[in-house]
Formats: sequence, C-alpha cells, structure tokens
Amino acid sequence: MDEIFRGFLHALRFIFSADPALVEIVWLSMRVTGVALFISTLIGVPVGAALGLTRRRARGLIAALLYTGMGLPPVVVGLFVYLMLSRSGPLGMLDWLFTPSAMIAAQIIIAFPLVAGLTMTAVQGVDANLPLQVRALGANRAQEIWTILREARIGVIAAIVAAFGGIVSEVGAVMLVGGNIEGKTRVLTTAIVLNTRTGDFDLAIALGIILLGLAFAANAALLQLQKRGGD
Amino acid sequence: MAELVYRIRGLKKEYADRVVVDIEQLDIHTGEFLVIVGPSGAGKSTLLRLLNFLEPPTSGEIYFQDQLLGASSPLLEWRRRVTTVFQRPILLRARVRENIVLGLSFRDERADDRIEKILARVGLSAFAQQPAHKLSGGELQRVALARALVINPSVLLLDEPTANLDPYNVGMIEEIVREHNRAQRTTVVLVTHNIFQARRLGTRVGLMLGGRLIEVNATNAFFNSASDPRTAAFVRGEMIY
Ligand SMILES: Nc1ncnc2c1ncn2[C@@H]1O[C@H](COP(=O)(O)OP(=O)(O)OP(=O)(O)O)[C@@H](O)[C@H]1O
Ligand SMILES: [Mg+2]
Repeated sequence: MDEIFRGFLHALRFIFSADPALVEIVWLSMRVTGVALFISTLIGVPVGAALGLTRRRARGLIAALLYTGMGLPPVVVGLFVYLMLSRSGPLGMLDWLFTPSAMIAAQIIIAFPLVAGLTMTAVQGVDANLPLQVRALGANRAQEIWTILREARIGVIAAIVAAFGGIVSEVGAVMLVGGNIEGKTRVLTTAIVLNTRTGDFDLAIALGIILLGLAFAANAALLQLQKRGGD
Repeated sequence: MAELVYRIRGLKKEYADRVVVDIEQLDIHTGEFLVIVGPSGAGKSTLLRLLNFLEPPTSGEIYFQDQLLGASSPLLEWRRRVTTVFQRPILLRARVRENIVLGLSFRDERADDRIEKILARVGLSAFAQQPAHKLSGGELQRVALARALVINPSVLLLDEPTANLDPYNVGMIEEIVREHNRAQRTTVVLVTHNIFQARRLGTRVGLMLGGRLIEVNATNAFFNSASDPRTAAFVRGEMIY
C-alpha cells in the first residue's frame, strides 16, 4: 500500500517535471492512436453509412464480417500485421516493422470494424421512413444521405468513442509490431508493461495516470460533441 | 399556369406482380381540393407516392403540368414543386425552427419572414427554439405542416394528416390547409378515413377500392347522389371490399 502511495507521489513529480523521455512516450501514443482513429473514422463512417443505407439482404455477408472484426483479439491482429510486414511477408518491402507506421496499421485494423460496424447500426436505427419524408421535402440523393447521417450522429460518435477505447489502451498488437523500442516505438501501454516488469513502479504508475487522463479527456470531448448534437 | 396539374392515364403500380394502383383516368385541376377516401389497403398512400414522384409507376402515363413523366423528366425539379405530409410526422432531432427550414435548405433558399409567419400561423412561435422531439403529437404534426407549406409547393399531398389528433388540432390543420388552398391556389390532394372531413374540405371526392378509382365526383354529388352503388354504400358507412 505504502509503495503505491509513494509511487503515486513520484509519478506526479515525473509528470510535472515533464521528463523528456516521458513526453516522447506520451506524444507517440497520442500520434499513433490519433492517426489510427482519424483514418478509421475517415474510411469507417462512409463504409458503415453505405452499409446502413443498403438493403438488408445485400449487406448480409459484409455485416457479418464487420461484426466479427469488432471482436478481433488485438494480439491476433498484431500477429497478422507482423507476418504481413516481416521481411519475407507480402508487404515486407515497406520496411514498416518496428516503426510507428506498423503500429498505426495494426490499430486501424482494430478500430475500423468498430467504427464501420457501429456506424452501420446507428444508421439502421434511424426511422425507416425518414428517407421518404426527406425526399418528399425535395432532397437530392446527397442531401438525403447527409440528413440521415446527421440524424444518426449520436450513434456515429458513439462508434468513434468505442473505437478509441479499443485502441488507446491496447497493448498486444503495438507490442508485437512496434517492438517497444525506446525512443522509437515505445508508447504508454508498452512502457507500462516494461516498467512494471522491471520494478519501476513510479514510472509505471505515472504512465498509467497519464493514459487514464488522456482517455478521459478524449471521451469527455467526444461526449460533449454528442450532447451538443442531441437536442 | 397549366389548367391541369396532373393528367393520369392507365396508371399502374405493382409490387411483386401484385397490382396496387390501377387508375384508368384521373385529372387533377390546378387549385382544386381533391379528397381520396377508401378502405385500408386500397392504394391511397401508394397513389400519393406516385404523385410526389417518390416512386416510378410500373406503367401508364402521368402528365405533370403538361409534361409527360418519362426517363428524361427532371424528377428532382418536379419533386420540389410537390410535397407530402404523412400521417406520422417524422421530425429531425433538432430544434423546431431547424425542422421547418429543412425543405428550404435543400433548395438553398432563405425565407426568414415566411418562416416567422408560418410559425405564428401554426401557433408555434414560442416553440421555435425548442427541441422538436419534446413536442406533443398535435404540435409535431403542425411542425410537419409548417415545414411543407413554407416551401410554397404547387401541390400539397396529405396522407391522413389528422388521423390521431384531437379536435383542436384537427380544426387548426384543416383551417390552415384550406386557407393555403384558397389564397395561394395550392392544389391539395388529401387522403382521409374521415368522411366528414372529406365533406368539409373537398371540392371533389374520390373513392378508391382495390387500387381503382371507383368514382370521382363533386363533393355534393359524391355524398348525395353517387353514381356508383359502392360509393353510396361507403358513404353510409357500410363495409365494402
Ligand atoms: N413498398 C411496398 N412493397 C410491397 N407492397 C406494398 C408497398 N407499399 C404498399 N404495398 C401494398 O400495397 C397495398 C396498398 O397500400 P397503401 O399503403 O397504398 O394502402 P392505403 O390505401 O394507403 O391503406 P391505409 O388506409 O391502410 O393507409 C397494400 O396491400 C400494401 O401492403
Ligand atoms: Mg395509407
């Protein structure tokens, strides 16, 4: 108990001294997760919306695949990306293994099905008669789709929140494909694993606090957006 | 302006080989108030969807303001001269005013004075900034009516707009629609199950049965000297199929 408390104090000192190694880890974490989430949203929202708008029968198989993708174990995704990017793998020439690019790629594979799948569900949840009503009011196809998406916005934001939650705290995939290399691919989660193993609990706790804080801040921002869209 | 808004000949709509609308001939005059009555499943709502160009007919001819509907018709432009108020008002999760602006925004139009006027007319000026989903059923339908009228349609289609409403809201909606029909010469086609409403509002009334228009007649004649026995039976409140 004592140890945790002392670790906590040390952790605060670490955070407020803005230790350069710490700053680097935090920055890389934010970058990897941010870029992965951004790209997943950019592809996942239109794909999910398109699926949500198509007829039930046509979307059957893809929907099933997406739902499966939503439950993929991150370690398995990491293994898959590792094999693809390894020297003898089909994408070996990219030379991405053990770089942030590989970590972003793995996190996109984890986040994309979450964004697309939950966006699809959100769009399907919009009143089935809304498209007809909107067209009766003179919407063209683009305006119709935009109106439906806007109506589903609370669910779409929830999709992004879920995807963010799925990757921000994820450790298996980034560990495998990033390698937890100091100054290069070490992020908050992999650093916590390492420092816990080596007994550097102060640092581990500091990193844990920051991770929680970041997750909380991001979710609070997204929920604010959701609330503003709610009325 | 054309004397006829719609000229319909041999119009058919089928769903999976089932004929749902089958109208030999129907002319709808500019500025008239046509009421369509008929039992459930007769094809009334389907006819309105065809008139709003929301679905293509399976076969037959629709002339809209003297132009024949076909593959090269400017559908969006036509659709923007017509609008429908449905039985169940579907509003956006947004403020009342944003809902009323919807049709205008699709047309890139602004008409602030018209919006204020219509808000006042449906008695919702004080609610303009309220979230629409907190309104009562009658208020919702008044928003739906306002958002249809604010775009100044040439044709207003109403699909049982007052079916679930209390007398106060029914009266208000009827009054506003009638007013628009008279003052703006908006052509109105109203589908209703309420024959008293048909009598109150229609310049002509038509009976639809199994996809066919059995009789279209001036309101007085429809109710007092119907030419088809089924019309007379329907007016007496008997079940007809
Ligand atoms: N999109 C559709 N696909 C298949 N069948 C349809 C479709 N729309 C309507 N129908 C069928 O067409 C018939 C006529 O329906 P419609 O809604 O036009 O009747 P209605 O006269 O408006 O009835 P109500 O008074 O109950 O509203 C019904 O049997 C209905 O099941
Ligand atoms: Mg109907």
